[in-house]
Amino acid sequence: MKNKSIFLLTAILFLMSVTSLFAETRIRCASTTSTQNSGLFDHILPIFEKKTGIKVDVVAVGTGAAIEIGKRGDADVVFVHAKDQELKAVEEGYFVNRHDVMYNDFVIVGPPDDPAKVKGLKSAPDAFRKIAESGIPFVSRGDKSGTHSKEMSLWNQTGIDPAGKEWYLEVGQGMAKTLRIANEKRAYTLTDRGTWLALKDIEKLDMTIVLEGDPVLFNQYGVMAVNPERHQHIKFKEAMMFINWLISSEGQQAIGSFKDAKGNRLFVPDASE
Amino acid sequence: MDSLIEGFRKALALIFSFDEKLFGIIFLSLRVSGSALMIATFLGLPFGALVGLRNFPGRNFVISVLNTFMGLPPVVVGLFLYLILSRNGPLGVLGLLYTPSAMVVAQTILAFPIVASLCHSAVVDVDPIIRLASRTLGATPFSVTITVMKEARYGILSAIIAGFGRVMAEVGAILIVGGNIAGYTRVMTTTIAMETDKGNFELALALGIVLLGISLIINLGLHVVQKRGVVGVAA
Repeated sequence: MKNKSIFLLTAILFLMSVTSLFAETRIRCASTTSTQNSGLFDHILPIFEKKTGIKVDVVAVGTGAAIEIGKRGDADVVFVHAKDQELKAVEEGYFVNRHDVMYNDFVIVGPPDDPAKVKGLKSAPDAFRKIAESGIPFVSRGDKSGTHSKEMSLWNQTGIDPAGKEWYLEVGQGMAKTLRIANEKRAYTLTDRGTWLALKDIEKLDMTIVLEGDPVLFNQYGVMAVNPERHQHIKFKEAMMFINWLISSEGQQAIGSFKDAKGNRLFVPDASE
Repeated sequence: MDSLIEGFRKALALIFSFDEKLFGIIFLSLRVSGSALMIATFLGLPFGALVGLRNFPGRNFVISVLNTFMGLPPVVVGLFLYLILSRNGPLGVLGLLYTPSAMVVAQTILAFPIVASLCHSAVVDVDPIIRLASRTLGATPFSVTITVMKEARYGILSAIIAGFGRVMAEVGAILIVGGNIAGYTRVMTTTIAMETDKGNFELALALGIVLLGISLIINLGLHVVQKRGVVGVAA
């Protein structure tokens, strides 16, 4: 009786999965929560889908998880913003055809009265050093995201190891939640500009940008295809169509024309074809 | 406070907008959680009855395991299932990851211990005299089981209702194995989590209210069935 029901269950699940294979062509793109939450995909994907008939399913997770999902062959394309990690994974043979697509930038935000006196500084590592010396709380993503790895490389440049310090709060959460916590704690944090712009008004964050424009705060987005030699089931042809479209003048224009609800331009296309 | 009122207002507006996307999300929620609950009930009821009525070596251990699994953290189930369904995992060839089917499997795992354990309690609670009586009247073990389960139907329905509550409210597991893909694996709870992340608190709250409303309607229906069962016994 029980064997029969288990058999039945497996059969049903199998049928469900088989039927989904015969549906329209879909590729799976592992990307980051911040990219999805910005609304960029809602703007550009319909254009691509209309042109090619390929439906792009976006799974939005942290950068670390997105790359891992790609490595395991659970996605066809990975679209993230952690260039060092991406290049390393390409070198290891997990991905092929990596391209720069666009960038936005990181900003350091903190309480409006700027208790650590960061305003006026030009360099992000200097700002971090000043925050560390002041002992004012700093909230870290602590989740191996692209933003977190950028933060860690900045701490590296200062020579300060913030781990375990009383003022250093590792929250292990997404950007929005991290900003919310920083706001409550009157703390500083590093954020991508897109999430900051999207959140500061609707949530009435009592925070301000204390440092921006340092070239090290450049946040490069890249796209790459999962190596078809490692995973035979990958829809490589369709994945490459997506990548080639993203870096084509049409795709770049679509990215450049994307604006948030307030009319801010969030991403600057910079693919070099 | 304003946010709360705005949330309620938005919830009403949402429902009466008859938005196609929203109804798609609601329908998928019901489809996934409903399938999971049906499978969990189908497997959990016989299992719970077996544990409740039969004595076998290790029975106490099985009961303790069931009770422990009632508190399975959904994220852990999600991660475990992800590793199994992943292309590199043992069941990777099925290609189930990031499909509604994977979500059904996850929620079945979460609901099964609840249905089985509570069904076991309900069956144990039935007066032993009933068992004795039907056995003396010459009933086969199978029909004794059926008689006891009929007697325990109020408790058994409670078990199913508890399982329903678990799957409808769950977000951790289906987020990992479903991926919250728009128009494909996005359900009520994952939408609420995502909108909260985006800072759309009112919309998230409104969706939460809609979800609760749907659960209330279904529970009202189940309660009517449950009550009818008890009246039937009295008559």
